[in-house]
Amino acid sequence: MRRFALIAVPYFWLLALFLVPFLIVLKISLSDIALAIPPYTPTLDFSAGWEGFKAFLGALDLENFEFLTTDDLYWKAYLSSLQIAFIATVATLIVGYPIAYGMANAPDHWRPTLMMLVILPFWTSFLIRVYAWVGILSTEGYLNQFLLGIGVISEPLTILNTNTAVYIGIVYTYLPFMILPIYSALERLDASLLEAAEDLGCSRITAFWLVTVPLSKNGIIAGCFLVFIPTIGEFVIPSLLGGSKTLMIGKVLWEEFFNNRDWPVASAVAVILLLILIIPIILFQRNEQKQREADG
Amino acid sequence: MSQTVFAPWNDPDVKPLIQFKNVTKRFGDFIAIDNQSFDIYAQEFFALLGPSGCGKTTMMRMLAGFEKPTEGTILLAGQDIAPIPPNKRAVNMMFQSYALFPHLSVWDNIAFGLKRDRMATDAIAARVEEMLKLTRLEKFAKRKPHQISGGQRQRVALARSLAKAPKLLLLDEPLGALDAKLRQDTQFELMDIQEKTGTTFVIVTHDQEEAMTVASRVAVMDHGRIIQADTPARIYEMPNCVYVADFIGDVTIIEGRATKSGDGYDIAYAEGQPTLRATTDKSFENGQTCHLAIRPEKVTITAERPEGAANAVQGKILDIAYLGNLSTYHVELPTGQIIKSQIANTRRLSRRNFTWEDTVWLSWTETAGVLLEG
Repeated sequence: MRRFALIAVPYFWLLALFLVPFLIVLKISLSDIALAIPPYTPTLDFSAGWEGFKAFLGALDLENFEFLTTDDLYWKAYLSSLQIAFIATVATLIVGYPIAYGMANAPDHWRPTLMMLVILPFWTSFLIRVYAWVGILSTEGYLNQFLLGIGVISEPLTILNTNTAVYIGIVYTYLPFMILPIYSALERLDASLLEAAEDLGCSRITAFWLVTVPLSKNGIIAGCFLVFIPTIGEFVIPSLLGGSKTLMIGKVLWEEFFNNRDWPVASAVAVILLLILIIPIILFQRNEQKQREADG
Repeated sequence: MSQTVFAPWNDPDVKPLIQFKNVTKRFGDFIAIDNQSFDIYAQEFFALLGPSGCGKTTMMRMLAGFEKPTEGTILLAGQDIAPIPPNKRAVNMMFQSYALFPHLSVWDNIAFGLKRDRMATDAIAARVEEMLKLTRLEKFAKRKPHQISGGQRQRVALARSLAKAPKLLLLDEPLGALDAKLRQDTQFELMDIQEKTGTTFVIVTHDQEEAMTVASRVAVMDHGRIIQADTPARIYEMPNCVYVADFIGDVTIIEGRATKSGDGYDIAYAEGQPTLRATTDKSFENGQTCHLAIRPEKVTITAERPEGAANAVQGKILDIAYLGNLSTYHVELPTGQIIKSQIANTRRLSRRNFTWEDTVWLSWTETAGVLLEG
C-alpha cells in the first residue's frame, strides 16, 4: 500500500500535466475550425448525456491531418527543423566538447568556478539573452562595429535574420546542456588510462581518440539528444534571430495558432511533432539506461 | 651438477641494463629522489621497497617516462632515456589500478599496444593468444574488464604490459588489490612468468614479504634514498643500518656500548648487567654507541640457564603472540628491555611449555645478532 502511494505521486503528476493536456490537444486536432469561443467545434456538452457524447465522438475526424499532407509547407517545415536541429547539434558538440575537456582537466580548485560560469546564464531570462543577440548581430550591432573598427571587413555583415544567426542562437542557448554531460563523463575518466595508452605506444592525440573519446561517448550522446530534442520544436530563437526564409515547425505552429487562429490545424501540427520527437527521446532513454547498467 | 648462481651484480664484466647516475628529482622544494646512483641488470627481478612517500613510485615513473629527472641521467642499455617519450620507450608498465581500458575486451586490451606498432593482423592474433595462454586467460578473451574478477584483471594487466616484449617491465604495487591467499599464488606466478619470458622486472611495493619472495635484489628506500640494495637473504641477515633491520621483518634492537674483546665485542647495554657478545666485520671504537639487532627466530627460550651459551639473559614473559605455526614471546628483562623470541609450534597448543608471567632464559649465539653503528 505504501509502495502504491509512493509511485502514485509521480504517476498522478504525469497524468495531470502530460497525458490530460495531450488528450485535449489530440481532441482539438480532430475537431473543425469554428468562429466561436473556443474557436473549434464540437465541444463536449455534459447536459446532453450519453446521446450527446456519441454525437460528439461522431463529429471528430482526421481532416486536419489530411490537410497537413496536401500543403507542402508542413512537411518542408518538419524536414527543415530536423536539418537545423541536426546542424546546430553538431555545431554545439564542436564548441562544447573542448570546453568540457578544458573544465575536466582544469585544476581541482578551479572546477566549481568554471561550472558556475557555465550555469550562470540560466539565471537571466532566456528571452532577454536571445534579444541581446539581436543587438550583437544586427547590421549596426556590436559585432559589425567591432569588425569594421579593426578593419577586418569594409561592409557590415548580414548575420541577423539568417540561418547563421539561428545557429549562433541555438549553440549559445543549448551549450550548457552539451557541456555538462560530457564534463561529467570526462571528469570520471581515470588519468592512468591515458598514461597506460601512452605507455603502450600511443601519442597524446591517438590516446585521445582511442581512450578519451570512446569513454566519453555516453556523455556525447546524452548531450546531443539534450540539444537536438528541444531544438526541433524551438520557436523563440528562429522567430527573433531567423529571417523570413528560416522555416521551423515551431514557428509554423505559432502562426497557425495565433495568426490564423486555426487551433485544430495547429494541434495537428503539434501532435505530429510529438510523434517525431518520440523516436529520439526513446533513443536517449535507452542510452541513459545502458550507462546506468554499465555504472552499476 | 653445478648450477651457476644468477648474480650479475657481482660480476664486473656484465654491463647493467639500467644505470641511474646521480639522479635527483625535485617537485618544487620537495626532494623526491636524492642524488641516487645504482644499476639494474638484465633479467633481474628488482624490487623497490619502502614506506609510502619514500620515492619508489617516482623512481618507477622516471623509468616509464612520465617524470623526468631534475638532475643526472638514466641509461637504458647504455642510452640516455630522458629525451625519449613514454610511447617510444622499450619499457612497459603495469599500473597499480591496472588501468585496463573499460570499453575494450580482454583480447583488445592485450592487443592495444601491438596495434600501435602496426603489426600484421595475424601476428597480433598469434601474440595475443600466446599472452592469453601464458596468463591462463583463454576463456575470458571476449569479456570486458568489469565482467572478470580482480585476480583475472591483474593477469590481463600483466599480459597487456608483456605483449610488446619490453626490455623492462615496471610493476607498480602489482598485487596490492588482491587478497592475501591470491597474492601468494600470484607471487609465484609472477616469478614463473618472469623466468619464462626472461624480461627484466622492476617492482614497486611497500610489502616487504612480497619483495623478499619475488625479487632477486631488493632496494630498501627511505626519504628519496636507497638505504641498502642487496639480495633478500643479505638484506635480512646483514642489514647495514638500524632502519633496514627494523623495516625488514621482526627484530629486537638493543642499544649499548661496544668494547673490543677477542675476535668480537662485548656490549654493555645496561648498568650492572653482564655484557652481551657479538662478532662482526665492522670495527667499533671502545665505548662507541652501537645497536645489536637480533631476529626473534634466532633467540632460544628455555626454562633453565643453557650451558655454554654466548648470550643468556633472564626475563619474564610479558606477551605471547600466537600465529598458528609460530609463537612470538615478548620477554621483559629486569632492566625493562623487551626481547622477542620466536618458536615454531611443533607441539599442540595445550602442551605449551611457557605461559604468561613465567620466568625464562633467553639465549643466542655470538653470530646471531648483527652489530650496527649508532
